[in-house]
Amino acid sequence: MTLHNLVHQKSGYSYGFLDPFAKRELRRRMLKGIAIPGCQIPYASRELPIARGWGTGGLQVTLSLAGPNDIIKVIDQGADDSVNAANLRRFIKRMTGAATTTDTTQATLLQSRHRFPEERLHEGQALILQVPDPEPLRAVESDMAKSRILHADADYGQMWLVLYEQLVQFGRYMQGASYPVMVHDRYIMSPSPIPRWDTPMLHQSAHLTLLSAGREKRLYAVPPYTNVFPLEFSDMPFEVEDQRTWVSHSTGVRNKFMTEIPQDDGASSYELSDTSYLEKIVNQQHGHPNTIAPTYYDEDGQFYHAGYLKRRDDAESTPDQ
Amino acid sequence: MLNPPQINKRVPLVSARQLNKSYGRLAAVRNVDIEAYSGEVLGVVGESGSGKSTVLRLLNLEEAVDSGSYSLDIDDLRGKNLFDLDRFDRRAVQVHHIGIVYQNPHLGLRMRYSSSGNVAERLLITGERTFATLREKSRDALSASEFPLDRMDDPPRVLSGGMQQRVQLAKAIALKPRLLLLDEPTTGLDVSIQATVLDTLKRIQRQREITMIIVSHDLGVIRTLADRVMVMRNGRVVEQGLTDQILEDPQDPYTQQLVHAKL
Repeated sequence: MTLHNLVHQKSGYSYGFLDPFAKRELRRRMLKGIAIPGCQIPYASRELPIARGWGTGGLQVTLSLAGPNDIIKVIDQGADDSVNAANLRRFIKRMTGAATTTDTTQATLLQSRHRFPEERLHEGQALILQVPDPEPLRAVESDMAKSRILHADADYGQMWLVLYEQLVQFGRYMQGASYPVMVHDRYIMSPSPIPRWDTPMLHQSAHLTLLSAGREKRLYAVPPYTNVFPLEFSDMPFEVEDQRTWVSHSTGVRNKFMTEIPQDDGASSYELSDTSYLEKIVNQQHGHPNTIAPTYYDEDGQFYHAGYLKRRDDAESTPDQ
Repeated sequence: MLNPPQINKRVPLVSARQLNKSYGRLAAVRNVDIEAYSGEVLGVVGESGSGKSTVLRLLNLEEAVDSGSYSLDIDDLRGKNLFDLDRFDRRAVQVHHIGIVYQNPHLGLRMRYSSSGNVAERLLITGERTFATLREKSRDALSASEFPLDRMDDPPRVLSGGMQQRVQLAKAIALKPRLLLLDEPTTGLDVSIQATVLDTLKRIQRQREITMIIVSHDLGVIRTLADRVMVMRNGRVVEQGLTDQILEDPQDPYTQQLVHAKL
């Protein structure tokens, strides 16, 4: 008795692991989600050989979209090489025969947990975000049936009230990751726990973003070239993480999203969170030519949609407390 | 040629006709007519279970009516039966034209959020998105209801009963509605606080020419505030008229009992 005899043979699965009915259902839900930007569409989340909460939502979307000609990239908190990303990538490759890559510009389908790539995605690409909690109203309305009514009525007074309270208490917006956004002037959406740094990237993007929560059995989408705005008061601008003084340890790059690495002496060093971007920069600095796509934020930290992001110190008036 | 008296020409701000509402076999409100003119205070009195709070909930469009019509004499609503509105229009009417103060502040306030936030929520619902304006307007509303402004960012749960009622009042008048509904606003407050809250109500009513419908079993409250009184019993109106007339010279045996019990 060998392991080879014990395990199921690959031929026993249908293409892309999910059965055709499941894939068809997911695709229909995705189309509906794309037709109603930001609206949460329920679907029957299937069992997968990974646990709920480990990216089953994103994986089901990827598996039902991937074909043999696709090129897959899997990101886990910006890294291509973490255990979770490597496992998912290998699984998708085995089940669909698709090619894999770590290069953002080459990939057709990018499944990601909690990060956007630094390089700008282009038309024809789809970014699939894994979502632990799809409901932006969860904090203010614990009853899901009621929050569905609130969405239907576009009754978002309470979301604004939470922001008001934060400003009154702390003088700034306290929400970090998963900052609520208004999609297409209609639905408030939780953009999955991406940092605030990544939130503006959803706005008028060239690529398709699909967000899927396997445990909560809901998916939603931001189609290309859709308006996405973070909730903000007109006199208190939304701000991204202020990392203007942070410098990448190995490349000296600034104004990209960094991870803080604590040092033995209590100090911190900083490293680029997006590992494939980091690799490209390192290669370039060592004289190997690379194709690096334009990034969302330029070297001065300016966002590529001019005027979309305001810095607090650019704002003219400081409201009273 | 003589003009008819002016008072006959005026159209009541609130006119509700033949309201009926029952809960199962219990008829809570039976054939009740209500008219209230602009700037008038209408008191509704009666014992517990007489249907007065139900009437108020119907007027606030919180519950579906069994039969009856209800209209407000406001530009875009003139001639419409408000009970026929869909969910969205009903909510718009509630937010813009009707303010309500409940006996129990838990019904009207979010206890976890700040007092100013409770008031600001009304403005947020109507689309106000400037923080400075929100602060200013909620401060205005709170000061109009004579709430101590140094406590405007305290949550209602740490406030006294009287202050909680003032926050409710500020929230109710934040959007300057034409109609203010008060459901036992001072019941449960001690007498001195009750007097100051009534003072505030009276001043707001005079300054803003707001129409108030106040429900209470306390004839003292009614005597202080109301111009006209409606006495209810078992879901029916048994008597109505000017406040001093009803309280000094009640005609209906039940009203006589009620007034007598007060004395």
